[in-house]
Amino acid sequence: MKAQAWILVLLTCIACGQGSNDTLIFGRGGDTVGLDPALETDGESFKVADNIYETLVRFEAASTALEPALAESWTVSEDRLRWTFTLRSGVLFHDGTALNADAVVFSLERQFKKDHPFHKVEGAYQYWNSMSMSEIVKDVRKVDDMTVEIELFRPNAPFLSNLAMNFCSIVSPTAVRKWGNDYARHPVGTGPFKFAEWIKDDRVVLERNPNYWDGAPKIARVVFRSIPENSVRLIALNQGAVHGMDNLVPDFVANISADSKLKLLKQPGMNVGYLAMNMDKQPFHVLKVRRAINHAINKQAMVDNLYQGMAQPAVNPIPPTMWSYHEGITGYHYDPALARRLLAEAGYPNGFKTTLWAMPVPRPYMPQPLKIAQAIQADLSAIGIEAEIVTFEWGTYLDKVQRGQHDMALLGWTGDNGDPDNFLYVLLDKSATAFPANNIAFYRSEELHKVLVDAQLEIDTDIRTSLYRRAQEIVHQDAPWVPLVHATQTAAFNASVSGFSLHPTGSKYFHKVRLGVK
Amino acid sequence: MTLYALRRIALLIPTLLAISVSVFLMVQLVPGDPAQVMLGERATPESLAVLREELGLDQPVHVQLGRYLGGLLVGDLGRSIRSHTAVSEELANRFPATFELTLVSMVFACFVGVVVGVLSAVRRGSAVDAVGMTTSLAGVSMPIFWLGLVMITTFAVDLGMFPVSGRVSAYTYVTSVTGLMLVDSLLAGDIAAFLDALHHLILPGITLGTVPAAVIVRMTRASVLEVIQEDYVRTAWAKGLSEKVVIVRHAFRNASIPVITVVSLQFGYLLGGAVITETIFAWPGVGRWLLLGVHSRDFPVIQGGVLVVAATFVVINLLADLLYAWLDPRISYQEGGR
Repeated sequence: MKAQAWILVLLTCIACGQGSNDTLIFGRGGDTVGLDPALETDGESFKVADNIYETLVRFEAASTALEPALAESWTVSEDRLRWTFTLRSGVLFHDGTALNADAVVFSLERQFKKDHPFHKVEGAYQYWNSMSMSEIVKDVRKVDDMTVEIELFRPNAPFLSNLAMNFCSIVSPTAVRKWGNDYARHPVGTGPFKFAEWIKDDRVVLERNPNYWDGAPKIARVVFRSIPENSVRLIALNQGAVHGMDNLVPDFVANISADSKLKLLKQPGMNVGYLAMNMDKQPFHVLKVRRAINHAINKQAMVDNLYQGMAQPAVNPIPPTMWSYHEGITGYHYDPALARRLLAEAGYPNGFKTTLWAMPVPRPYMPQPLKIAQAIQADLSAIGIEAEIVTFEWGTYLDKVQRGQHDMALLGWTGDNGDPDNFLYVLLDKSATAFPANNIAFYRSEELHKVLVDAQLEIDTDIRTSLYRRAQEIVHQDAPWVPLVHATQTAAFNASVSGFSLHPTGSKYFHKVRLGVK
Repeated sequence: MTLYALRRIALLIPTLLAISVSVFLMVQLVPGDPAQVMLGERATPESLAVLREELGLDQPVHVQLGRYLGGLLVGDLGRSIRSHTAVSEELANRFPATFELTLVSMVFACFVGVVVGVLSAVRRGSAVDAVGMTTSLAGVSMPIFWLGLVMITTFAVDLGMFPVSGRVSAYTYVTSVTGLMLVDSLLAGDIAAFLDALHHLILPGITLGTVPAAVIVRMTRASVLEVIQEDYVRTAWAKGLSEKVVIVRHAFRNASIPVITVVSLQFGYLLGGAVITETIFAWPGVGRWLLLGVHSRDFPVIQGGVLVVAATFVVINLLADLLYAWLDPRISYQEGGR
């Protein structure tokens, strides 16, 4: 009996005695898929890659505005077609390879030059393609050892924001040549942490890069642990087995806020969930009908009841964390009486019958689409509109709404590069009404089109900001959507952790994190 | 006996072929196109076409099946759509974790199951029997999901005796040789790591072992009860042998055949990936991997995973059959035994 007691004591000591003050353990729901930034498409891969790799330009700490990173500075030619980047000198990859123009050309060219020796690898360069980079970038050239020139087919300002995205990370050419198809499991970048170990489905371990150009991290290691069960992940956080976690279930939030040992971080995510009214269908071509529907929907109730507070009612198509967000627009307030009056003025005093399409699957911006549809259905019936809810298998749903077969449809968007163009042009420009339409309101505004194209051609950020503010005013006037919500991104940390903040893009940067003495 | 074994092994080939073909066809019937799942809102007809071509999904079904079976012949299970890694490599990374967990839970289940089962049978109608039977009924009907969480809150949170999840602590590192943490840590001579791994195995092992333990208790009890009424057991008693000898050597050896069937079935079932236990305890095993494969419509992963699980199941059943022959010489086989 005595021996058993001793074994128990010994085991318990092993469990708690090995804590270390310079290792941050982050708990998350799933494992990384791969660590070649150009090939990956999932958040759990980028979460790790964000700390290993860097891009030519990067997002500022608290916004999606850009600042220099591996490129110290850049200039744009008169015709806005040639962008010249001067690289930061003295930067080394984790494997000792020097950062130079060759590395930059290699990292970008392999994604679009079909005859590049490393173009053919397992997997497709999905992000390069989905950001239409092949239609924007004509060529990437080395000017001299530390200068790279990127030539575009047409002037395109959001292109610079694309360069800050993970897929444009600069990788070590030496490592890609060495590992070939296995590079995604042996990543080498220039970032604050270097890759150390990966046990599939269990953990990815990164170690401090002592030579990091922007100051070596204070912590020696970051361990990303996969703990799929939400409540177990929370227990691990409570127990101190992990220092932080993300994607909190709304039910946890009250507990975490009440616990003084923990701190809760939240911020509107870079997304929007919306209700699009198909302007090619009657009666949604009538402005007053669209405004009536905007006034009829109680977004706050939706946020309180269906998102448990983990969302913010949307006013504009872009989230409030994005630069150029128009605070002056207050949105269409919830007012069923006004809605009924507008409907009557539009010639529908008794309402009308229509269909309301809803996604069959939860999306990051809308975890319960069918319940949202039911809430909208109830709100609309209060003003006399009888909406029948329609749904299809996910692939079919997308195909049909992209063809404009719906009357009203729910959908949403998660932003990529933090540029307003990535929401406004992609989702609301008239050019996006051709199949496969992303503009599923089939909203065709010449005025908006001109503003958005001007904003693409303009390089000056101040001018672009005012153009996008104008664009938001136009969209508000014309009301092709009911912007519903921006779902909140959340994370919780042990109170001993400092120096971490959420980033609007959803990236998790651990460079500045410190662990206090507990 | 040898001939019988060889024949059984040869029969594995058509069985596995039938499994591969049916798994392949089953996956084809699943609604949802992997390319569509991967691209989501960003899908365009062009990007879908490019991706389908990349994944070989644009080929007719019989061509895909041919490719798949051709690959199997040379041991190639294909590459995961999601991670671009060879399915065989992904499996090799995860199977040891599942195997180790299963082994520990089966050791627990067999020990508890046989001891409680035999005691209940021998002391039929006693308090031991009543408690054993009630507990095993509860064990059989217990939802694993609930049990796992209760184990965690009780033993890991309230009592702080065990870690919450994972295979080893975040600070422990063991060089992988066999993939079995207990073995690898001993090979490395790292006793602390061995104890750490063992410590992590206890809660999930017991959670996973509870249902099999309960099933084994009930089967053992029924089987022993039947055997102790046989003439030869009465003879053994009449000869004045001790209770221990009668029960262990005479009764249990013969009672163990149905028990072995149950154990082997349970073992195969658990190896198939204890999806729930692995998910609750963040155990990096086959079950969770397969589940993720289904979610992302990762066809090669589903096919390869199910095939290997099915093959393991079949092999374990074969081993159990061979074990009968060794345990009970009365069992004879058409061409073999006589």
